[in-house]
Amino acid sequence: MRTSRIAVSLGAAFALVSLAACGGGGNNNDVFATGSSSSGSGGGSSITVGSANFPENQLLAEIYAGALKAKGVDVTTKLNIGSREVYIPALKDGSIDLIPEYTGVLAQYFNKNAKATDADGVYKELQAALPSTLTVLDKSAAEDKDSVAVTKATADKLQLKSIADLKGKSQNLVLGGPPEWKTRETGVPGLKKLYGLEFKSFKPLDAGGPLSVQALKNGQVDAANIFTTDPSIPANNFVVLEDPKHLFAAQNVVPLITKTKVNDTVSGALNGVSAKLDTKTLTDLLAKVVTDKQDPDKVAQEWLKSNGLG
Amino acid sequence: MINDVASWLLDPAHWTGPDGVPARTWEHIWYSGVSLLIASLIAVPAGLLIGHTGRGRVVAVNLAGAARAVPSLGLLFIMVLFLGPRLSGDAASLWPSLIVLIVLAIPPILSGAYAGVEGVDPAARDAARGMGMTGWEVLSRVEVPCALPLIFSGLRSAALQVVATATIAAIVGIGGLGRLLIDGQAIRDFPQMVSGALLVAVLALLVDLALAGVQRYAVSPGLTGRTTTRGGGRAATDADGTTDADGIPAPGAVFAGEKELAVRREAGKTEPRHNS
Amino acid sequence: MTWFLDHVQDVLDLAVQHVYLAGLPLVIGLLLALPLGWLARRYPGLYTPFTAGFGLLYTIPSLALFILLPGILGTRILDRSNVLVAMTVYTVALLVRTVADALGAVPDDVKQAATAMGFTRFRRFFAVELPLAVPVIAAGMRVAAVSNVSIVSVAAVIGIPQLGLLFTDGFARSFYDPIVVGLAACFVLALAFDLVILAVARLLTPWQRAGGAS
Repeated sequence: MRTSRIAVSLGAAFALVSLAACGGGGNNNDVFATGSSSSGSGGGSSITVGSANFPENQLLAEIYAGALKAKGVDVTTKLNIGSREVYIPALKDGSIDLIPEYTGVLAQYFNKNAKATDADGVYKELQAALPSTLTVLDKSAAEDKDSVAVTKATADKLQLKSIADLKGKSQNLVLGGPPEWKTRETGVPGLKKLYGLEFKSFKPLDAGGPLSVQALKNGQVDAANIFTTDPSIPANNFVVLEDPKHLFAAQNVVPLITKTKVNDTVSGALNGVSAKLDTKTLTDLLAKVVTDKQDPDKVAQEWLKSNGLG
Repeated sequence: MINDVASWLLDPAHWTGPDGVPARTWEHIWYSGVSLLIASLIAVPAGLLIGHTGRGRVVAVNLAGAARAVPSLGLLFIMVLFLGPRLSGDAASLWPSLIVLIVLAIPPILSGAYAGVEGVDPAARDAARGMGMTGWEVLSRVEVPCALPLIFSGLRSAALQVVATATIAAIVGIGGLGRLLIDGQAIRDFPQMVSGALLVAVLALLVDLALAGVQRYAVSPGLTGRTTTRGGGRAATDADGTTDADGIPAPGAVFAGEKELAVRREAGKTEPRHNS
Repeated sequence: MTWFLDHVQDVLDLAVQHVYLAGLPLVIGLLLALPLGWLARRYPGLYTPFTAGFGLLYTIPSLALFILLPGILGTRILDRSNVLVAMTVYTVALLVRTVADALGAVPDDVKQAATAMGFTRFRRFFAVELPLAVPVIAAGMRVAAVSNVSIVSVAAVIGIPQLGLLFTDGFARSFYDPIVVGLAACFVLALAFDLVILAVARLLTPWQRAGGAS
């Protein structure tokens, strides 16, 4: 009697473990995003696509994933990983193989002294700065820049059109941005070095996400880092300050990929995407995700289909 | 790694200014303290009332259980989305964080309070009634003093969880020691993150010690003498537990908390017999 | 609601991941906590260092643990084993004390009776003390289960998919539906864990059903 009870409990415990194990182990990590891995004849290559932690990057990752799948590549997605400081190491340790990136910030990430600001110059510098295991494929015309944005009221009151206009006023203003802006060249240090701006304080928020928008809207911060493709800019009448000294270099969307994963199928698919993508397209697609609450993978599929890529 | 952490902690630059350790610690204590205070103001009277009258138990147990099952991260995000546009300035991030911490703190405090009152020896209660005490006098002079060890146990359990969880306030852009974690993560500054985690643990320990000190002072020696000097009987009437009140029936109290509580009470009651 | 109906499969997939990440550590944690709790009870000098020491592990913020573990374990950054190990740590932190207290609450006269009946220490532990400790251990397991279900969701911040992903996704788009669905799903999962633990505890303690036994 007693032994049977122990046997039953042990059995239950093992059942639980094995249930959990096969539940979690069988599948790959692609649960939320696209349908799970679809294999095909794409030269037997398999690619894990990652994304940063903001909707536009997830959308771009879905577009890459969809285009690769259409060419028969075995694709897995690991989205929403975090900031560049987290996903680049993930790329290096093989957790992911491919991620949508932006030329300017990426060049500066690998080379603090990157100087170029025009699209082609930045792209060249980027190629030179990349570690030997990584490479970028063709850049697209689509750009999504960091920006310093203020409310319409602030812009009117302080007569702000460009970041340079903040000179002499910034010491009374609170700046908001992602935590990494505190130390990143294209953040607080760059604003000081290039424009001579010292803010009253810096408030760490999120990567151009809802916190930044909300903080700017309700006055927690006076100026914030908002991405230029963000639909909340027109929605809230935010004013994106011009950047005459090019603190934020050209930011063309570009696939960053592990070299060993590149083959003709892969580069064909991704370069096909880059050829069709421009800023207007990206802004419109992003509005579908953020404003209309559509799923990034569906928006990606639609666009790929209508452009003969999916 | 250990050296990096030590040198991070010893760097004087990290100990000054609005994002220095003292300022962040102070913010952390502030968020935790306000949350615990508000949670206590809600949960202690409610728990005492439930324990005293024996009414509303099922509702309270189920509500507390449900509150425990709410993931803090999800609640935090929904509160920021909901309250953010309705509040201005830092309150837009602050109140959502405080609400999350209050929701976290209520269940253990509530459970401690009513379990404490319910666990009072019926003989003591009868004696008090026999002496002609009113219901209020029974509660305030007999039940509450006798329930103090469990009330404190609940409070300390809540404090531990709140201090550890207050770090998530940093996710929505306000301060506290969580800043060291979030900012450290954003730039992969591991020594900063480890330092933050260590400081949170130390703070939790100090808060617990402080509450233990208050408890020792507040709880009648007649009670502590009975409950702490004994050898084997710490399971249920534990008066000095570090993480205890969570032995209190949890969410699923929805389904069977009654029985667990009975087990606890039984354990508490039977124990002295063996030793005295 | 329409969002949920359109995403039932996604939510189920995430829930399966969630069960795995919260449930497996629960079982491993219990298996680790049993000997540790037994030691704390067997050697009274170990009780305070063990219960307080392991209890303190619970105060390590989950986000920190998730991110730091790869550096400590040598695992890859997006490896789910980081989350599994972290959750096991929290489970052990909660259960060591519970196990020690549960074993301590077994009445001395029962133990003496078992010894008098000729039980070896080993057999007495498994046949008498452990079964009698089941109700209290189960209570601790229920607390640990809810705690795990809640904490696992934080792993979404580091890109490990489970129900918490609905929180970060909804938040990033100021979109209530995924967050509400995620909260509800976590709630249902917590209840499910609770029911399983209760059922197992009931199975292991038939005398409690007999009535009048206590």
